[in-house]
Parts: sequence; structure tokens; C-alpha cells
Amino acid sequence: MKTLAAADVVIIGGGWAGLSMAKELGSRTGLSIQVLERGGPRKTTDYFSTMDELDNWVRHRLVQDFSLETVTFRHSNGERALPLRQPGSFLPGAGVGGAGEHWGAVCDRMSADCFELYSQTVEKYGCKRLPEDHSVQDWGITYDEIEPYYARAERMIGAGGKAGNLRGKLVEGGNIFEGWRSSEYPLPPTKIPYFSTLFDAGAKSLGYHPYPSPAATMSAPYTNPDGVNLPACTYCGFCERFGCMIGAKAQPTNVLLPVIARHKNVSIRTGAWVRRIVFNGSERAGKARGVVYVDGTGEEVLQPAELIILASWTLNNTKLLLLSDIGQAYNPSTGKGTLGRNLTHQVSLSTVTAFMEKPLNRFMGSGAAGVLIGDFSGNVLDHTKLPFIRGGTLQAPSHGYGPLGNFGVVPPSIKSKWGSEWKKAAIHYYDRTGRLAFQGEHLAYKNNYMDLDPTYKDKCGDPLLRLTLDWRDNERRMAEFAIARSIEIVRAMGAKEFSSSPGLGTYDTRTYQSTHLQGGTIMGTSPETSVVNTFLQHWQVPNLFVVGGSTFPQSSSARPTLAILALCSRTADAIVERYLKSPGPL
Amino acid sequence: MDFTSFGPKKTAEISTLERRQGDALQQKSRRHFLTITAAALGGFLIYSPEEGFFRLPDQKKILHIPLHFFESSEAQIVTAAVSRIFPTDDSGPGAKETGVAIYIDRHLAGPYGFDRHRYTSEPFETGRPELGYQGKPTPREIYREGLKGLAGFQHLQIAEQDRALKEIESTLLFSLLRQHTSEGMFSDPIHGGNLAMRGWRLIGFPGPQMNNYDDVDKHFGEAFRPGPVSLSSGRLSSENEE
Repeated sequence: MKTLAAADVVIIGGGWAGLSMAKELGSRTGLSIQVLERGGPRKTTDYFSTMDELDNWVRHRLVQDFSLETVTFRHSNGERALPLRQPGSFLPGAGVGGAGEHWGAVCDRMSADCFELYSQTVEKYGCKRLPEDHSVQDWGITYDEIEPYYARAERMIGAGGKAGNLRGKLVEGGNIFEGWRSSEYPLPPTKIPYFSTLFDAGAKSLGYHPYPSPAATMSAPYTNPDGVNLPACTYCGFCERFGCMIGAKAQPTNVLLPVIARHKNVSIRTGAWVRRIVFNGSERAGKARGVVYVDGTGEEVLQPAELIILASWTLNNTKLLLLSDIGQAYNPSTGKGTLGRNLTHQVSLSTVTAFMEKPLNRFMGSGAAGVLIGDFSGNVLDHTKLPFIRGGTLQAPSHGYGPLGNFGVVPPSIKSKWGSEWKKAAIHYYDRTGRLAFQGEHLAYKNNYMDLDPTYKDKCGDPLLRLTLDWRDNERRMAEFAIARSIEIVRAMGAKEFSSSPGLGTYDTRTYQSTHLQGGTIMGTSPETSVVNTFLQHWQVPNLFVVGGSTFPQSSSARPTLAILALCSRTADAIVERYLKSPGPL
Repeated sequence: MDFTSFGPKKTAEISTLERRQGDALQQKSRRHFLTITAAALGGFLIYSPEEGFFRLPDQKKILHIPLHFFESSEAQIVTAAVSRIFPTDDSGPGAKETGVAIYIDRHLAGPYGFDRHRYTSEPFETGRPELGYQGKPTPREIYREGLKGLAGFQHLQIAEQDRALKEIESTLLFSLLRQHTSEGMFSDPIHGGNLAMRGWRLIGFPGPQMNNYDDVDKHFGEAFRPGPVSLSSGRLSSENEE
């Protein structure tokens, strides 16, 4: 095995999490920093001519190559897991920028009480309201602690929106149910396309409180605190699952790479597929020595480092720690072990498809343009009268609809799925169809978790990660509630016809839900119940930090990116201000 | 740019293509062709990856379009089948005039056809439908095997064709045919279908527009339909057709 010269810091993964750590540490210290990214290089100019719906939306150009690695999936412990052979319910990224290149750029904050989900739920409803098999827990930090980092992340990515709670003062037109904000959004809201304005009016008529979607697609030209210039979004509609052709959607390649490029102490090595974090001898705790990766030629390389930051997305963070035998793998039958537990996704579904009378011109939009209501989120509802706890946001997105993803949807009165009758209806409704989307909290449960698969292997011959995951009644009932409210709203919007989702049933890997998988290496205040401390430092290996959505104890109803960026900058502060002065447990 | 302004240069290119095709036929090459009248492809425009879009001098002319995956008989079946899935009728052009079969042929010749980006490690086992397609056959194999069951389909009466398709509605072949019909109708013309952007014109989709900033919050309740452009250059502007 080839051994390279030691780096001060090695960062595994070149997406939002890894590159934001590289930017922070690279610009604030003189440490030598090596980012290892297993995919290929990427830059903003790659997207000049990639407004190709077949290539991006259908064939997933920006998504991880499933021929090299996937996960196996089963719904419960007794079943045999099978590999997800093609992308489906979630779309992991690959290459520099990771999934941050093809995200939709909605950048909402979590409800303030999410960070103390267990204690606040028990305080409000008593212990009996949490499902018997739950494994919900507090994060170990509060909203007040993360707020300044949320604000910092919003300034970095040029978030547009309207505050609904400025230092405790509620502001009409913003999300009045959100946690307090220290300052207004750095940019105003995006323009609102037609369908979303209909939702805005319909929701208001029913007494709800609509607000413009928090958006990292620039509503105006923007210069961030790092001096990075981003142009205004042109609402081309080729946004989610695409890289932005003009760099108006905040992406790691246009927000972080230009800053990293100023610092000669950071380098990014692509085609470096990390297989193990290694130690001296047979130790599996204390100080890690470095990482072993396979390069593009298939050769194994040891990259020694003083400090290791694991930032390779939710699933791979868990997989790499399992493969490296770091920490204790979770065992659901005994409840012992922490690594791999609390796998959550999100209650993401299109609740209702509305067929409108007038054309919507919905080819125009941005991944984040739209209107939301927070009236069903967090603890806003009085759950004493409802068959579920918690909730989520309901949204009328206007992300730009191309025909491959959207042609062929017809009202329930049309029974055929091909032929002349279907064709005529599909043409008529192609631009008269709008959807409402719900995104709700997914509680953590004892039997939703990850471990290594006994049968299937990745391209290096390492076991695939195995997901054991299914919905419970709390999520199913929450979805039913969201569907019922959505029907009322599209009626108020004047929909001619609508079709509604059948609900959640069992977890379905075939249709896209969101890429918001969370958990596996969760954070907390005790090594008995978490993998990393609240600074995302590994409890047993102090020179290893694990960052990203894998550290969230359970999902919120918000998109996770903003919280990931906020927690990364909090970790970077802790490393620069405290860890480097005295390396050891924080 | 108007395609008619291609002028004599393009005509010369066409005759080169025809000569090449003719030579290939005379040599009894094992290459397969989709034989079709120009009128069946919508009259006066045709696309080939080698030549791009070009105008046919004679609409009654018989074309021999080189095939990259299908055999001639398979291409005839696929052309007939996608024409029933997305028929030509009084609501506008269908899969035939849009080159859907050509799109499918080109697409199956590429990485997708071979499952290049699918996880194909053994063992293949059947599982719950929620786990997605677990089969071993690639899209090429699904077509090749499935089309055997449709032998002679292209010669059936329309009603018989519809009956035959109804019978295979639950098969993998049919779900691919339906999905690929949509892709061939509405993907960018660089992929070989959506000939002259006819699919996009049919539904009012304008293709990759660079800037909608001034329009995104206007035209409420009214159809706003800018002339389509494609990644292949946009040289066929909306005035050229329809």
C-alpha cells in the first residue's frame, strides 16, 4: 500500500458538509487540508449546456452511480434485504459538490422545539403520547444555541425569504410559527409563480398563514460575506436534479469552491474512494491514524492525518464507521450500541394533484420558488384531539416542470393510460396540473436502523449498508391528515378536479420522496445514546469528527441542508477555537 | 435560422448520406434499417445523429434509417406500437412523426440499454414490489425478448393492435414502451426523438429557456408560450413548422 505524506486534516467527502469544513478550516488556519472525494471533479461551468431533462431528471446524471454502490433495504427485521438496484426514493449525490449540486435549494429552519423533541413532547403531552417503540431523543443543543449559526449559513448561501419571527416579534407574511430570528433574511423572497399564488390565496381564505418559501436560488444579485458573487435566478425551471447553468442556485461549487481556491493549504483529490479509517495496530479507539482509500487506478493508498472529518453523507458516514469497526454497532434486540440507530427519512408526499381550469405556465420557476404554510408543523396543532403527534409544512412548489417528469397526469375521470383519449386529456392538462407537497417529521423508532448487509457487496468488495425502515401509524395518520387538509385547500383554490395520494402504507423505494435521510451517527450528550457529542466529535475517537445529516437524532419537517451547514460552522468554531489548542475530547 | 437556408450544402450532405445507405444495402450489410416513407415521418424533416436535421427533397421517398440496436422487423413493431400508445389524431402529431422509435433505438444502443449504471450484482431475487425492479434482464434484453411475442404486430389492424397491447399491459416490455414513448416525444431532440420539437410544440413546452425573469410572475391565467429552443442549437425556430 502506498503511504502519502501526512496531512494535518483529511476530510472524507466533498459535498456541502465536507467543503464547508474545508472552507472554514482552510481560511481560518494554516493547516494542510486534504479533501477526498470519491466522485469526479465538477465546476459551475459544467452546467452551461446541461438543461437536459432526460439526462438529469430521468437518468440521474448528478446522482451516485448505483452500479458501484447502493444499499440494501428491508421493511422489518425478519425479512431478507434486497439491493436498491436503481435510484428511487432518495438521490444521493456523487462528485464534487455532492447532492448539494442537484438540491432544490429550499432552505427552511427546523421548528425551534425540534432540538428538544423528547423533553418538550413529554412536557406537553406526558410520556404516553410517544409511540411505545420510539427512540426519540433530544439533540443536546437548543434552538437558541444554533440560531447564530443558522443566520451565518443563510448569509453564506444568500437565502431569500421573509422573517415571521424577528427576535420574538411576529411579522405578518412570514412564517409566524418559526423560531425567533436574529435578523431578516439576507435577500427578499423569490418571485412567486402563478400556481403558488393560487395556493397563497386559497390558504388565506381558510385562515392559514402562507409565507414565501425560504430559497437559496438568488432572488437578486448577491455578494456573500466570503466575497462570492452570485447572479439573480432567471427561473429557467431546470433546477432540482440539475446544476444551475448560471450559478444562481447556491451550490458547493459556486459558494465554497471559489473561497477554497484562495487557500493554497487546501486541496481536493477526486476519484478517492475511502474504505477505512485506520488506527495504529489493532486499536479501535483513541487516536485514529488516517484513512485508506482506493484511487482511480484501483491502488490502495494510506493518507495519514492528525484530524479526520467524516462528511460523506448520511448513509456512507454510518457505513464507513461500521466498516472501520469504530464504536459499537446498534443491536435492536438488546437496544445496546449506538452506531446505525435512529435512521429516519421524512414524511414527504404529494398530497393532492389539482387539475385547474387555466394554464399555469409552470415551466417557469426555481427549485425553491413557492409558498408554504406552517400551520400544521411542529407543535402548532393541538394534538390532544388528533391521532398523531408532531406535523410538517404544506407547500405549493413552483420548481419548474418539464414534460418527462410531469406529462401524462390526467384527472381520475380519464381511465386510460395510453391511446387517443388519454393523449388528448394529457395534452390539455399538462400545463393545468399543480401539486401540493407535504413534508413532515419522521419520528425515530427502535427498529428503524442500519447495519452491514450479509450478502451484497460494493465495487471494492465491502458489504453494502443495510437499511431496515418502515412507516408507523404516527406517520401514516399524519399523512392522512395532510391529505385531507390539502383537499380542502385545492377546493378553495378552484380546482376543477383533483386526485389525492393513497397515503403512506409501507415504505416505497420506487418513487422519489426526498434525499433527506438522517441518523445513524447521531449526536447527543451521552456516549450511551449517541455516536458523537454536540460538537460532532466522536466519543471514542477524539480526532474524528462526523458531520452531516447522519448526526440528527431524528428528522424535522425542514430540509436538512441549512441545519447541516449551521452545525458544520459550529463544529469549525469548536475545532479552531478549542480543539486545535488542546487536541482531545471537547 | 430557418432550415431552408441550409441551401445547397445540405443537399450535398443528404446525397452523401443516401449514397452511403445505398452502398450498405448493395453490400448486403448485416446492418438493419427502419424503412419508412418520408411522409410517415411527418413530411419534410428528418433527423439522424450523423446529419442532424435535414429536409427531404421528395416526400414519397422511401427512407432507410440505419438502426443501432433493433433489427428491421423489431423497429417496425416498435414504430407501430408507440404509434398506438401515442397516436396521431385530431389532437396533433404522435409518436410516429416525432421519431420515437428512432429515439428508442439510439437510447438502447447507449449505456442505459446495457444497465451500465444499475446495481447488477448477484444474487437476483424477487422481493416485495416496493423494493423496485429486481430482475436481471437489461432494457435491451427486455425489448429483444418481449418483441418476439409481438411478431407480426405491425401488420395487424389498429383495433387488433390495441387489443394486443392491452394483453401485455402488465409486462416489463409495455412499461418500457410507454415510458420510452414519453421520453422520445418530449426529451431534447439531441437524443434522436422529439423531431423538430414537435412533442414540445404539441404541449406548449418551450425547451431550455435561458431567462424567464420578466415573465415568471406575469401572464397569470393565460398561456404564455415562447417558441421552443433545443440544446442542439435552436436552429429550428418556431416559425419553421406548424
